[in-house]
Amino acid sequence: MNIGLDHYIFLSALLFALGFFGVLLRKNTLVIYMCLELMLTAATLALVAFSRYNGTLDGNVFVFFILTVAAAEVAVGLAIIVALFRQRQTVQVDELNALKH
Amino acid sequence: MNADFMFYLFATLSVACGVGVVFNRNTINAALCFLLSLVGLAGLFVLLEAYLLAVLVVFVYAGAVVAMFLFIVMLLDLQGGKRPPFTTATSVASAVAAALIALGLLSFHTHGRLATELPAGPGVGATLKGYAYQLFTTYLLPVQVVGFLLLIAMLGVIVLSKRLDPKEVRP
Repeated sequence: MNIGLDHYIFLSALLFALGFFGVLLRKNTLVIYMCLELMLTAATLALVAFSRYNGTLDGNVFVFFILTVAAAEVAVGLAIIVALFRQRQTVQVDELNALKH
Repeated sequence: MNADFMFYLFATLSVACGVGVVFNRNTINAALCFLLSLVGLAGLFVLLEAYLLAVLVVFVYAGAVVAMFLFIVMLLDLQGGKRPPFTTATSVASAVAAALIALGLLSFHTHGRLATELPAGPGVGATLKGYAYQLFTTYLLPVQVVGFLLLIAMLGVIVLSKRLDPKEVRP
């Protein structure tokens, strides 16, 4: 059986679903963040696969920008998590309910 | 060792390690599973002839991002705390989401009709020259904007991690 675009898109959807499921299920902020990154990488896989099977370079260049933005986002997000930990001494989302009441 | 076998190998690696990220109790193990998942993704990029992106994923994600995650996990020392049990709302939401996702994947698998044959010739992403041409002509403005974004992110991280005045810190 030949590997086609279908397989890559299915795999990408599966990885995205895993990340989404993890964001909903887990309570640790760092793990939630990792699952968000997993969703981003799934999207890059779909872009690269479409780019390859359509014979264009635009998808690959877009992945280039996604990598840069993801690196910046991780730096800022982790700095926020560290600042939050300094204030509240926890990273569990259940206990970070200052905006709730 | 044909390309199909390699696809299934890397796909299994990335999906299995993605499951490891979601279900691992230990945060360090989750981060290392994420690292292995990214290695599988880089292998898939090589199969798609995007060699530069495969190298960049290993450098930027596996090298920098996962290292930063591990550093923060060790800095905050999260291994001691116990994990709170799942609430009913979380379990119900996760189950509904999983059911929807499974339905979507199933319909995609049965009705998906996308191209199966590769375009002739080598992939356009295989050479560096194409990237350079695109980045310096069509995407020149986004390159500048992304540079500014990195600068702003750096300044933001410095401001966020600056220690606050003791009077401002909540008890």
